[in-house]
Amino acid sequence: MKKTLLDLTVNGESRSFAVEGHRSLLDALREEGGLTGTKKGCDVGDCGACTVIVNGQPVNACLMLAIEAQGAEITTVEGLQASPDELHPLQEAFMEHGASQCGFCTPGILIMAKCLLDENPLPTDEEIRFGLSGNICRCTGYTKIFDAIRSAGKRMAQQGVEA
Amino acid sequence: MRRFEYHEPRNLEEVSDLLTTLGNGAFILAGGTDLLVEIRERLRDVKHLVDIKRVPGLSGVDYADETGLRFGAMVTAGQLEAAPGLAARYPNLHGALKVLASIQVRNRATVIGNICRASPSADTIPPLIADGAAIETWRPGGGRVIPLADFFTGPGRSVLTPGEIATAITVPPPAPGSRRAYIKHGRRKAMELATVGVAVSLDTEGGTCTGARIALGAVGPVVLRAPRAEAILVGSRLDAAAVSAAAEQAMQECTPISNVRSSAEYRREMVGVLTRRAVSQAMEVAA
Repeated sequence: MKKTLLDLTVNGESRSFAVEGHRSLLDALREEGGLTGTKKGCDVGDCGACTVIVNGQPVNACLMLAIEAQGAEITTVEGLQASPDELHPLQEAFMEHGASQCGFCTPGILIMAKCLLDENPLPTDEEIRFGLSGNICRCTGYTKIFDAIRSAGKRMAQQGVEA
Repeated sequence: MRRFEYHEPRNLEEVSDLLTTLGNGAFILAGGTDLLVEIRERLRDVKHLVDIKRVPGLSGVDYADETGLRFGAMVTAGQLEAAPGLAARYPNLHGALKVLASIQVRNRATVIGNICRASPSADTIPPLIADGAAIETWRPGGGRVIPLADFFTGPGRSVLTPGEIATAITVPPPAPGSRRAYIKHGRRKAMELATVGVAVSLDTEGGTCTGARIALGAVGPVVLRAPRAEAILVGSRLDAAAVSAAAEQAMQECTPISNVRSSAEYRREMVGVLTRRAVSQAMEVAA
């Protein structure tokens, strides 16, 4: 089947993938892009494990065709860190609070939490709940995830960190 | 994912041509949040996707005091949810958008996609019908303006003809003293399909109800109006007795089925409960 050359910016880097029209953005990122941090959970938009940022907005990468991302700017979990030896405050906080168990939902939750804290660094529990309502974790019961997000938000507000 | 061919037409003529030429296996791709799932789960036999994102003129949201709200086929649920003034003027529609799926889905899903999918449980349909919305279409030789209440012919079916494209929704401006609410009932607060959804849009003058529209979701093959229940409210002062009588009447006017989400009996009961609740919520929100 015909392949289309896709030019996009992933985590600040220009990338080109040759993709077939029916390929999802999720499969293209993982397989053509080698970026396996973004997880394939349900593949139907229910679980949020594949959440990435496309042109500034969080979306389910499984519910988007790769070809629809022509020219887009994409941030995946691999792009959260400012540099290889410097974790994002959310990543630090997730480690400190033990907010990850099996870890499969974590990349999607980190991306969604970044989007939430960028808009609102000191969210209420209700706002965190609303912000994460499209991300399902079957291990933790969310308590430590909420603790980590609150703590990262405080740190970011204090340091004026651009998330 | 099952294979299909992807098409990227540049204008409405091309979209319409492709849909007509390619026939039954061709579908419009807007947000894709429902269609891509149906392809993956083999619920719909899709051979061709006709992406309308490059078609100009489908992306705006506008509001004017004289003509009301108008938004195009590429406007996402998230974009409309964030539109300035929407929550104040159309609190029922805003409420429906806020509980539709998740933030991630709302950033892709279009409102007109939610409508054209024609599910009886679609969240955006009851408030738009209660508010008297109309849908604009394009087809060769001249489009149509169809009241949304007349748009649906059954689950997944509408009056759209082959090659006809839904391009925009218009909603009249709220009259002064207009009170509105939408209540979605499900087993959880997010990522849920409505078990029952009730939207009300009431016009009031000095405490008397001068106009009422009640739209019931997920309790019939299409979203239903409840005209006899509406008639009970009109002329009343929306007192407890009138609201209860209208709620009882709405229960008689719906035609629910039993399925995996709920029994028909439960749905009918909830139509009564939610109609009462929607009227009182509408009266709390000053429009």
